[in-house]
Amino acid sequence: MLEIKDLHASVEDKEILKGLNLQVKAGEVHAIMGPNGAGKSTLASIVAGKEEYEVTGGAILLDGEDIDELAAEERAHKGVFLSFQYPVEIPGVTVTNFMKTAINETRKAQGLEEMPAKDMLKKIREKSELLNIDRKFLSRSLNQGFSGGEKKRNEIFQMAMMEPKLAILDETDSGLDIDALRIVANGVNKLKSKDNAVIVITHYQRLLEHIVPDFVHVLYDGKIVKSGTKELALELEEKGYDWIKEEINA
Amino acid sequence: MELKEKLVSSFLAFENTVDIDTSVHDIRSHAIKVFEEKGFPTKKEEAWKYTSLNSILKHDYSIFPKEENALEFTDIKKYILYDLDTYKIVFIDGKYSSHLSETTHDKIDVCLMSSALTHDRYKPIIDNYFNTVAREDGITSLNTAFSSEGAYIYISKNKLADKPIQIIHFSTGTESAQLLQPRNLIVVEENSHVQIIERHQSLTDNPVLTNSVTEIFVDKRAHIDYYKIQNDHENASLIDNTFIQQQAQSIASVHTFAFGGNVTRNNLNFYQKGEGIDSILNGITIIEGKQHVDHNTLVHHTEPNCESHQDYKGIFDEKSTGVFNGKIIVNKKAQKTNAFQSNNNILLSDKATINSKPQLEIFADDVKCSHGCTIGQLDEQALFYMRSRGIGKKEARALLMYAFANNVLESVKIPQLKQRINKLIANKLGVDIGFDV
Repeated sequence: MLEIKDLHASVEDKEILKGLNLQVKAGEVHAIMGPNGAGKSTLASIVAGKEEYEVTGGAILLDGEDIDELAAEERAHKGVFLSFQYPVEIPGVTVTNFMKTAINETRKAQGLEEMPAKDMLKKIREKSELLNIDRKFLSRSLNQGFSGGEKKRNEIFQMAMMEPKLAILDETDSGLDIDALRIVANGVNKLKSKDNAVIVITHYQRLLEHIVPDFVHVLYDGKIVKSGTKELALELEEKGYDWIKEEINA
Repeated sequence: MELKEKLVSSFLAFENTVDIDTSVHDIRSHAIKVFEEKGFPTKKEEAWKYTSLNSILKHDYSIFPKEENALEFTDIKKYILYDLDTYKIVFIDGKYSSHLSETTHDKIDVCLMSSALTHDRYKPIIDNYFNTVAREDGITSLNTAFSSEGAYIYISKNKLADKPIQIIHFSTGTESAQLLQPRNLIVVEENSHVQIIERHQSLTDNPVLTNSVTEIFVDKRAHIDYYKIQNDHENASLIDNTFIQQQAQSIASVHTFAFGGNVTRNNLNFYQKGEGIDSILNGITIIEGKQHVDHNTLVHHTEPNCESHQDYKGIFDEKSTGVFNGKIIVNKKAQKTNAFQSNNNILLSDKATINSKPQLEIFADDVKCSHGCTIGQLDEQALFYMRSRGIGKKEARALLMYAFANNVLESVKIPQLKQRINKLIANKLGVDIGFDV
């Protein structure tokens, strides 16, 4: 589904990704871990199409198609979803209205009719129940005054609404207490299917206890330096990243 | 002949059309002298530093309205809030259009200034209020000198105007260039309430200059909400002079939606004359091209325990220019005043400019006054957030701008009007997405 080949990327002439390779197939869950500043969030933003980053080499293929030239919204229309580490506050636009706009703009781009209001409401009800989201919450301004946990839950709610092919969760666990973490992880697990894929970016192993990855990768200094299965995450939790740095520098 | 000379010499001809043996005409005669002496404002005056009238004063304006050019309802439907039951005072090229209007004398007076100035019945009100709060500057005096037509609204004690009132001015281009000078008088007596919507709309490519003066008197515990819609043709300019005098515990709010025209200057003045008064000044400006909008506000606090709230949002694209000059005066006696002012702006282009200037003159020592001004661009991270959810760039920008202006929009109390403004904003931003939340 997603194939990243020898990706080089920089922002303001500073190279952040230095030849990154990653292959994600439908039905898989991948975890990307790594120390601060390794380029994890950059990778997430680049795949989602943030314009500030310049891809200087390599390719990102989605279902075999190079998406480098596509705008963020076009990638979204093709099924890419990024759950933000820091969701943006948008006063005056309610969660419901934002979702209606997002879904109908996406449908328009896909040549579909707007979703009938009745279906939209039904879907909103279903998905908000999945994430234990109070109905009142949906008529509040998007992310404005939301707690850290509410923001993250709202991100996964949006993911549930958009039903992406490829979901990238950028530090979705940060700022969550254990109950919220469980709700969020449970939501992600329910959305998982053989047709979609999830990339979980995280510092910590604890989210991976709930969203169990098929593969774990270590991103360090702009490259994936080590890949393994879920046991690798445990090892990282226990030993930290220094041994990996030593392994590389040796 | 320069416009100023033309105007001064036309005053004699004007005198042939009105009754000159009245106290009102004494006021006019004095005003023309003031105008002759002061003339049009120039950029040399501090208050007009960023707004030049030169380009709009060079046209050879016709000064007096000719015969009524009939418009049919279908021609103008889109400029009127027609899905709302309202009184309407409609003028076409400065002449009253009775067939498009709906006036009343039932409990409240919603009618014409020309009637109020000439019928004895209104004389006590006219004597008491006319030209008592309007300033004696050149531009206001020009309007006063030729004042003869406009809206006259009188809400007597303890009355609730049963529906909003629309005041709409159309110009149709029967003249190659037209000067319009409506003069409005609005008196809201004790405990009364009224909502008014005002719009100036040119239907022609020919230049139009409107120099409007509105005097509003809000008596004790009375309440007025006034909405100005300025979404005019690119050759239409507006100098809108509004003077509001408030008595104790009254509330007056003015919303100004400045969505374009050629040169737009809003002189909005609030004079507080009692305790416990609230004055609210809100504005949204969204312009592009070479459009220019200047908001010049004054709130004068003279008595203790009063409030004023100013919130102006501006979005400027291409080569458009904006000015916000907000003056707050707090007299020594006006202790416990709460005066707030904020002016936030977004520049969408390198060539757009905004000059924002708060002016606080505070002579009391126990007051809360704050002012804040921001000038920025659209938040790139927020744009990326929206686009990553499948919302196109243009729509994402529009949503962000809408969100930026939202709190002002939220304070509009007439739902149909709010919806209309929503639609105007969507049109302005070139998007077809529903904003109604």
